[in-house]
Amino acid sequence: MEAIYAFCVGVLTTCGFFLVLRGRTFTVVIGLTLLSYAVNLFLFASGRLQLDGAAVLGQSAEYSDPLPQALVLTAIVIGFAMTAFVVILAMRSRADQGNDHVDGQIPERSKKLSTSNKRNG
Amino acid sequence: MQHLAIFPILLPMLAAVFMLLPPLSGTINRQRFFAVSVMLLLVIASTLLLLTSHQEGTQIYVLGGWQPPFGITLVADRLSTMMVLLTSVLGLGAQLYACAGDDNNGMYFHPLFMFQIMGINGAFLTGDIFNLFVFFEVLLIASYALLIHGGGKQKTKVNVHYVILNLVGSSIFLFALGILYGTIGSLNIADMASKVALLDSDHQALVKTGGLLLLVVFGLKAALLPLHFWLPKTYAAASAPVAALFAIMTKVGVYSILRIHTTIFGADAGALANIAEPWLWPLAFLTLLMGAIGVLASPSLRLTAANLVIVSVGTLMLAIAMQREAATSAVLYYMIHTTLITGALFLIADLIGKQRGKAEDRYVIARNMHHEKTIGIAFFIAALTVVGMPPLSGFVGKILILQAAEGMTEIAWVWPVVLLAGLASLVALSRAGTTIFWRSTGEVNDDVSISPLKFIAVALLLSASPLLVIFGGAVTDFTDLAAAQLHSSTALIETALPGGQQ
Repeated sequence: MEAIYAFCVGVLTTCGFFLVLRGRTFTVVIGLTLLSYAVNLFLFASGRLQLDGAAVLGQSAEYSDPLPQALVLTAIVIGFAMTAFVVILAMRSRADQGNDHVDGQIPERSKKLSTSNKRNG
Repeated sequence: MQHLAIFPILLPMLAAVFMLLPPLSGTINRQRFFAVSVMLLLVIASTLLLLTSHQEGTQIYVLGGWQPPFGITLVADRLSTMMVLLTSVLGLGAQLYACAGDDNNGMYFHPLFMFQIMGINGAFLTGDIFNLFVFFEVLLIASYALLIHGGGKQKTKVNVHYVILNLVGSSIFLFALGILYGTIGSLNIADMASKVALLDSDHQALVKTGGLLLLVVFGLKAALLPLHFWLPKTYAAASAPVAALFAIMTKVGVYSILRIHTTIFGADAGALANIAEPWLWPLAFLTLLMGAIGVLASPSLRLTAANLVIVSVGTLMLAIAMQREAATSAVLYYMIHTTLITGALFLIADLIGKQRGKAEDRYVIARNMHHEKTIGIAFFIAALTVVGMPPLSGFVGKILILQAAEGMTEIAWVWPVVLLAGLASLVALSRAGTTIFWRSTGEVNDDVSISPLKFIAVALLLSASPLLVIFGGAVTDFTDLAAAQLHSSTALIETALPGGQQ
């Protein structure tokens, strides 16, 4: 279980960082969302993975650490609010700048590439 | 007063909420009056808190009565109360300036401003590292909105960069917290400090990773070298009062590095002692150099001021890297000085920009300004202070930092780099002053009036410089004590945890 869990967190983080490094706001927002998923899973695992453990004492023989669950809850709420804000900001930026590049202008090189792609395709 | 420690967080929060409700929400004038009075109250409350903490020892406020290390605590020691007072004074100056008209460019300026103050104060006062994250988010989300306040193409563009960078920073912060909680088993700063020396050797590498990830996050906030690219454009694009308030934002990062890497990973941390030091030295030097180059290359006063922020961060980091009490005391003195004066410089840049028509604050020949003498004197004082010329606080701050380096091998690097950065600032600011005040077309722009509130705000912030020199003895005595308190993590563990070492 631990190996699959760690693998998932790793894949999510890698994809998140890759997408954040892209040039368009849409992919960056998706990247940030993936990163926040990865972070939430990671925080949850910091209390060690355990099956059938209750978070409240006296409910079962085994209990799991309740603090990471509270932390994840806080992180989810904050991450959700931030994602909502960054989506609105990306739309505002699209409207103000006239394109969806994070720098507000599409670099010359990628413009040429996209036109040559169109010609070939 | 038992509840004094939470006042600097509660006051701005309640004020912000009240300003969103009917009797205040409709009219800007009522909001201005209310906001300024709350800010004055906040200055009084922070002064009281500082005095209480100075005379009666560190104040521990246990939220909800849950005993540490399990509940969330606020720790008001000398360092944090000093930072809270600094925030309130800077906030008052920025707010007075905003009341002269900048707050009317968009909605909700004053509530957002209050939320930002609440976040900053919370970050300074909290004794819990997850709570530090939460207050970081509070201050960040308020700053996202404040930065774009008033709108405009340039503001949207820099805000996209600023928001995305800080969201990635928040994710890294959470990764670091997860690692530290998973290994140390606590999030209370005092508790972590007591446990970090007792770790097994197989956990040490993980904790080191966590601690250095935190350094990345705080470095991003403080604009340490590879992570500083967002700062100049962001600060130059923000409206003047917001840029002035942002002068404390980089200091939140500096404060967090001081707090985490001196208390938890300080000299008492066993195998993990001073893990940040080998990274801080080179990064601080390069930050200082890059800042100095940026100052020389800036085409407008606002960009110069923004690059001066980077120079000040570099200087502070150099002194933090020294990891000794005298240096930390110098850091605290320099931090008070640089925050208030950089804030004032942003306001002066705006005053100049509004007076010169299309030339704004760029270094080109333009029309004469109407209030040339008053603004000139303010600029002269601010420039002298920033550069570190003798009679004012910049000089004292730099001397303290240079003196702290005595007896270290790194002194051969510290002295020339700090002095060269000062020289670069001197050259850049004298060029700025001559172009803006002496080279003009001769016509006078007299249709622009300036509200006296703006001058009061600038005077308030600038008055810190002579005051820091006149009361220099008292201030350095205080910073010495604050530094001693910060460096003895055992004292913190004894006061902040019932039962002491566990």
